Amino acid sequence: MIENIVNITSERPDFALITNWVRRNAKVLDLGCGDGTLLTHLRDVLHTTGYGIEKDDNNWLAALKNGVDVIQMNLEEGLSGFQNQSFETVILSQTLQAMHNTETIVQEMLRVGREAIVTFPNFGYWRNRIQISRGNMPVSKSLPYQWFDTPNVHLCTIHDFDLFCKQHNIEVMERKVITEGQDIHFMPNLMGNLAMYRLRNA
Amino acid sequence: MSETNSVGLVSAQVAHFHTPLTLKSGAVLPQYHLAYETYGTLNGSRSNAVLVCHALSGNHHVAGRYSPQDKHPGWWDNLIGPGKPLDTNKFFVIGVNNLGGCHGSSGPSSVNPLTDRPYSASFPIVTVEDWVESQARLLDYLGISQLAAVIGGSLGGMQALQWNIAYPTRVRHAFVIASAPNLTAQNIAFNEVARQAIITDPEFFDGDYYNHGTLPRRGLRIARMLGHITYLSDDAMGEKFGRKLRHGAVRYGFDVEFEMESYLRYQGDKFAGEFDANTYLRMTRALDYFDPAAAFGGSLSAALKTAIAKFVVISFTSDWRFSPARSREIVQALLDNAHPVKYAEVTAEHGHDAFLMPDPHYHAIMRAYLAQVKV
Repeated sequence: MIENIVNITSERPDFALITNWVRRNAKVLDLGCGDGTLLTHLRDVLHTTGYGIEKDDNNWLAALKNGVDVIQMNLEEGLSGFQNQSFETVILSQTLQAMHNTETIVQEMLRVGREAIVTFPNFGYWRNRIQISRGNMPVSKSLPYQWFDTPNVHLCTIHDFDLFCKQHNIEVMERKVITEGQDIHFMPNLMGNLAMYRLRNA
Repeated sequence: MSETNSVGLVSAQVAHFHTPLTLKSGAVLPQYHLAYETYGTLNGSRSNAVLVCHALSGNHHVAGRYSPQDKHPGWWDNLIGPGKPLDTNKFFVIGVNNLGGCHGSSGPSSVNPLTDRPYSASFPIVTVEDWVESQARLLDYLGISQLAAVIGGSLGGMQALQWNIAYPTRVRHAFVIASAPNLTAQNIAFNEVARQAIITDPEFFDGDYYNHGTLPRRGLRIARMLGHITYLSDDAMGEKFGRKLRHGAVRYGFDVEFEMESYLRYQGDKFAGEFDANTYLRMTRALDYFDPAAAFGGSLSAALKTAIAKFVVISFTSDWRFSPARSREIVQALLDNAHPVKYAEVTAEHGHDAFLMPDPHYHAIMRAYLAQVKV
């Protein structure tokens, strides 16, 4: 189990932090759950229950093989089918930037969940800024796509998302900014690669 | 002849029941029999049984062949066999011909032991609930207290659903495929046209055609042609037939001009020669009547509240007769109960018939899930 946690956290540092923000035995909904790695991790460590949502056939099948209760649907259409406040935590990990209906999904998360966890690559990260200052769209480990083939349509900075929360009456319960697995406290919008938010309705 | 992964040569069995069965309509069947087939071996703890429920025109012959010369295997042979997704090396698979059927179970065309004549039109209307009740008695007869899984597509999926309402403790896993919690008005309308085609056939004789030495072939043929149109998608039809002409050029008449017509006529004729019209009427009515939410104030969530089994719900994108939206209603009812469910919307172009096709992703889902089922 310990080894398993170490592996996951080294590959996806955000997963370890998400684990800290989820309560034991919580009912969790993971939007864009991929192969279900996070949900199986939460299930093994915190005995959570709940569902994953995944659109892609191959990911869906991989999640099924991981024993996840996975629902195939398109997040762009919202979360109709899920009742108000029926989950303790709804997670959207590194998918926000690829959503078209960004506002809708965040509001839907806080409709069906008491809390939401949103993580996304910080576009304000200095390495991104350098690439832009050189005249190119950034390509990096956290933004691995070329401008012409990227699924990311709504990239934002930490400042942008803070403002978004304020404007939408969303309370930021906790915020973590990390780079290469290290917590960033100094100038996070410049120094931070990955932004993580724990949210609830204000 | 040996086929890879086939259950091989099979034969049907018949179970006789002498305990009266009170049907949902209130009618009573004093005695009846069910034709069934089994594949694989029931394990020592009797925990590996899987019931496969059939749809409108199916029966208990789900897999394998009756003889080496048999042209067609059972109707879901692509799914069931040693090494196939529903692996008969692991599971004991049961197929049963539903009551009212015409392939060996008690039905309108079978002989009523009380009169020594075919039941004919006197055979009562049976419902999905009645079928599940009779299937439960078959399991009792076979000494199986709990199913590892119940699997059904379309009308068969309705039975899989009903199992979890009537006998929740007797099912561990349920596959509801290309199905719906009830029929839409449009679906009932299709069924009504099919029934009218049969009932208004002059050779129908109010369902007593057995005693008149006739068969309402024309009606049954038209009913089946209509059915076939609705089981396929427009795209699938377009791809298979398009506007292809039978004779290369039109002939300005009402014989077969387009290949599409030829296909429909062939399917209609074939079906009219092997299926019983009274059974067809009853099967379509069972579809129409099924509405488990009705007894729970219209709430499917309430109907499924006592379900225990883990569910797999699968729909197909091009299925407009049992559309994905209808499957999502079932999923939603399960989500309302925080019930274990997996839902896949399989991209497929074959319309409603897709659930019978060996689509690689669809079968990969079945294989992966069934591999996880503990027996």
